[in-house]
Amino acid sequence: MYTVPLPRIGTDIAWRDAAKRLIGAGVSPDEVLWNFDTEMDTLFATATPLPPISRRIKAPQSFVEMANWVVWHKDPQRFARLYALLWRLRHQPGLMQDRADPDLAKLRQMEKGVHRCKHKMKAFVRFRDLRQGGERRSFAAWFEPTHHTIEPTAPFFARRFADMDWMIATPDVTAQFVDGNLSFHPGQPKPDLPEDATEALWGTYFCNIFNPARLKVSAMTSEMPKKYWKNLPEAQHIQGLIAGAEAKVQEMRDTAPTVPPERAAKIQRQLRGDPSTED
Amino acid sequence: MARLDLSQKLAILSDAARYDASCASSGTTRRDSRDGKGLGSTEGSGICHAYAPDGRCISLLKILMTNFCIYDCAYCINRVSSNVQRARFSVDEVVQLTIEFYRRNYIEGLFLSSGIIQSPDKTMEDMLRIAKRLREVENFRGYIHLKTIPDAAPELIEQAGLYADRLSINVELPTDNSVKAYAPEKNPATIRRAMGDVKARKDIAAERSFSGKRGKRFVPAGQSTQMIVGADGSTDATILAQSTQLYGDYKLKRVYYSAFSPIPDATAKLPLIKPPLAREHRLYQADWLLRFYGFGVDEITAARPDGNLDLEVDPKLAWALQNRALFPVDVNKASKDMLLRIPGFGTRTVGRILSTRRHRSLRYDDLLRMGASLKKAQAFITAHDWSPGGLTDSADLRARFAPPPEQMSLF
Repeated sequence: MYTVPLPRIGTDIAWRDAAKRLIGAGVSPDEVLWNFDTEMDTLFATATPLPPISRRIKAPQSFVEMANWVVWHKDPQRFARLYALLWRLRHQPGLMQDRADPDLAKLRQMEKGVHRCKHKMKAFVRFRDLRQGGERRSFAAWFEPTHHTIEPTAPFFARRFADMDWMIATPDVTAQFVDGNLSFHPGQPKPDLPEDATEALWGTYFCNIFNPARLKVSAMTSEMPKKYWKNLPEAQHIQGLIAGAEAKVQEMRDTAPTVPPERAAKIQRQLRGDPSTED
Repeated sequence: MARLDLSQKLAILSDAARYDASCASSGTTRRDSRDGKGLGSTEGSGICHAYAPDGRCISLLKILMTNFCIYDCAYCINRVSSNVQRARFSVDEVVQLTIEFYRRNYIEGLFLSSGIIQSPDKTMEDMLRIAKRLREVENFRGYIHLKTIPDAAPELIEQAGLYADRLSINVELPTDNSVKAYAPEKNPATIRRAMGDVKARKDIAAERSFSGKRGKRFVPAGQSTQMIVGADGSTDATILAQSTQLYGDYKLKRVYYSAFSPIPDATAKLPLIKPPLAREHRLYQADWLLRFYGFGVDEITAARPDGNLDLEVDPKLAWALQNRALFPVDVNKASKDMLLRIPGFGTRTVGRILSTRRHRSLRYDDLLRMGASLKKAQAFITAHDWSPGGLTDSADLRARFAPPPEQMSLF
């Protein structure tokens, strides 16, 4: 029996390395226990050293790509499921093309979950200005992802916000970007971030871009589930907007057409090139 | 009048911009700021940073430079004859809002539109100053969408295309006559000429010179337009025929359909209605069928004699119900074209079917796992272990797809 410890930071590389060694040595899935971030009781963990890299088994590229996402899923079974599929792939090389295989379908579904989580992180992280002075501006955010997605997503923020320093703290892992260098650290409780006046302007925008005549709450919540609301500054306005929508539209309907402002007639005459209005 | 502060201006000028449906931030060139000398990135797919309770995505800071306007378009909140409060942003204000929102990860970029002030050229020049400042002074590499003023000089539109990822010019209404009736200062021929100009310049930019070099990038995310639905009497058949022509003639990336929606201080000329959201939704579905599923306008609009889409069932299902003689289709043998016509099958499902059936014969449960909606599809297909029997031709088949009950409000 092999017990494979997998660290919280760098999980992807650790899993890949272990899987390579195990599959090369022909170790079957039921001989492996995957121990993520020492979650497992050490009583059952046996420290059998992993077999050395012997025979190289080539996994299909599509499997490697899928595994690189699935390792970040929160399901404790993810490593075992991946390894079991890798084991089957040795004798079924076409398996990756079978979109209806239940094992693969489950992994694809997990992959999709991680993708979605990554996408939501790109969308819903909200930075606050730390106002620290200095040559580079610095910002920080607190985010609670569904899966362990900060590590594969942080490079996106590094490509986008390269001219500023930033930190994204999550309960799991914290990503830091300082002077162009990205690093990962253990997670932390929600930090106390300073108030940022720009959040009020963002709230103003959120309230005014909303069209009360098109209220469609379920379309909003399916894309922006409530679990994210507590860390979105604009979400505090949602309930008020929904409650006031009908009255606002009714007011538009009830208001009788007004007399056009005085300048309207003059502007329109000018537009038609009537010279008598030049002044 | 008291001077408006930034927050008041933002309120007025985003309120004025919300009737533009487009919020896309996808499909442009890939850029980033890893060199540390600029801000922003674009990576192919767009990002929706928030959703308003109207279900619409908020991807860009969508604002008007000013809502002062010399035109009098009946459907528009900003028309000259409206008493809506007016405001105008300075160049600096728009640039600062864009950059500060972007740095906090609220947005993908800017969608700038404007009322027409003084003249079309003057308006376009002012908008260009904003885009130029963002690109050249702030080194902003995020997304910029500029609403083009159709009557502006061609040189100005050309410049706009060098700064912007996307340009758009709204055709406003589905027919020339409607434009004449409701937007008297706008000229459909001028709008089409401007769209033609943008297309021609984009084509030139894409060509390689004799040395193999490409020209400067010109609106890499292409151009789009918008039509208001339900303000005039145009049928869906008229609207979709117009879209098809626009997609063909000007290679538009998107035609947006915007259900005519109540505006503050409406005109007596155009009474306020409940926005036809269901109709708008069906038009988008039909638009998709035209572009990605191989359907023709005539096929989609033939189901009903009045030239409008069926509001109760989606256009693909409506077509299948009218053409039952072509079904059921064997998912293990049918051509790609025919698979795409099966209700409940999307382009992805069809791709998965094609790749899997090379290895083995497909069963009902396989299709479920591939993401097909079998509630819709089952009457129209056969699989290894599935035959719909009499279902395909049963008289009550349409009734099975009765409109779903209205979702209750969550609050």
